Amino acid sequence: MDAVLDNLDTFRQGFVATLALTVVSTVLALSLGTLLAAMRVSPVTTLRAAGATYVEVVRNTPLTVVFFFAVFVLPQVDIRLSFFTFAVIAVSVYHAAFFCEAVRSGINAVGVGQAEAARAIGLTFTQSLRLIVLPQAFRTVIPPLINVVIALTKNTSIAAAFGVVELTAVTTRLANANSNAVLAIFLGGAACYLALTLPSGWLAGRLERRMAVAR
Amino acid sequence: MSEAVLYDAAGPRGRRRILIGSIAGGLLVVLAVGAAVARLAANGGFEAERWRVLTQSDLQRLLGRGLVATLRAALVAMVLAMAVGGLLAVARLSRRRWLSMPAGAWVELFRGLPLLLLILFIFLGLPAAGITVSTFWALVAGLTLYNSAVLGEIFRAGILSLSKGQTEAAYSIGLRRGQTLRLILIPQAVRRMLPALISQLVTLLKDTSLGFVIAYAELLRNGRNAVEFLGGPYSIPIYTAIAVIYIAVNASLSFLARWLDRRTQRRYGRTVQPSVADEAA
Repeated sequence: MDAVLDNLDTFRQGFVATLALTVVSTVLALSLGTLLAAMRVSPVTTLRAAGATYVEVVRNTPLTVVFFFAVFVLPQVDIRLSFFTFAVIAVSVYHAAFFCEAVRSGINAVGVGQAEAARAIGLTFTQSLRLIVLPQAFRTVIPPLINVVIALTKNTSIAAAFGVVELTAVTTRLANANSNAVLAIFLGGAACYLALTLPSGWLAGRLERRMAVAR
Repeated sequence: MSEAVLYDAAGPRGRRRILIGSIAGGLLVVLAVGAAVARLAANGGFEAERWRVLTQSDLQRLLGRGLVATLRAALVAMVLAMAVGGLLAVARLSRRRWLSMPAGAWVELFRGLPLLLLILFIFLGLPAAGITVSTFWALVAGLTLYNSAVLGEIFRAGILSLSKGQTEAAYSIGLRRGQTLRLILIPQAVRRMLPALISQLVTLLKDTSLGFVIAYAELLRNGRNAVEFLGGPYSIPIYTAIAVIYIAVNASLSFLARWLDRRTQRRYGRTVQPSVADEAA
């Protein structure tokens, strides 16, 4: 226990890094994912095919392999960035596919009548998507979106293997330095992750149940 | 909602605009790829010889061994996780609180932690307690802990998705709770969750690549070793080959899952849908 208390400051640094990685990647991945979802329902066949290919390729590739491409292959084409930026790129590129699928399932859950009515009053594709369908879609997909954010939070741990000093890296480092208190240190690291994931999970569950009743 | 409701089929002018836009967009992509290739060529990374490395039998054998190790870890972990997950689902559905509460806590705990942290804990923590553990078993144990929680929830959703009439009919012909579960509910639930199980297998297979971190000699680790031996410029061909192998294996499994899902829905109605978030983790 002392080992955890003595290194509280180190844990805090790791926690902040994990949080920063999560927030920045979530914003980027959610934007890209929404764009991909819009592409996948658009009238332009080329865009639909491009969106579908992106999702199909990314969701069948391990995140670790995406990290490999970001960290080892991008420098080969003279793109040199910090480890943190590489991690943000890898995590965002990977999770955009899953945000896309979550948003798309929401679009498909909006009643046909809504889109028909939007079209009937003369709204264009962009207008009906932006003003009628997406606002309703986002409301129904908030619980799945939160769950993808939770998955993203957990997946940022892989950045530890690629030079980013975040929570998992800090935990491993401290565990190696304090071999007599490995269990306590891992419990400390685990508690930090649970502090992020458990409340979000409960929130998602509550919203889901509330909306299930409302429908 | 059928997506075609959102727009009318494009007319001649719209079709022309789409065609022009597609060509312009295609050109942009080609330009970006061209720029990357030019940089690569300038750095000597695009010579044919770099790609010819993939035809070397040594490298092919190394990657083949890696793929076998990856599949072995995935299959062992899947079988163990299904066994533990099945017990968890039954325990969570039990009326006895001393069974359902710990099972619920197990699911919440292991679903809320990063898989990598679990693997590292087993790999570094158990030796500190005097138990030696191989990289294979550290990876498999981590995968089992995490996936037992996810599969437990899939099993539970499968059983809960059955109509109440099934349970009531079973009780009315005098079956006990355990018998109802074993003879009536589980056989029907298995059919409904088979597609979700296959999707989870894809996720698990992707996650075996975390074995790379603890130096378990799976596909990715062997590829990395080859690049370290041959040199950085060989990273693009080798990592591309690895990505293609993962995508080929996983896309076939995903295809099987979707086909099975459609078939089951056609014949028996509902299926358990895997959550997008579980596929991401």
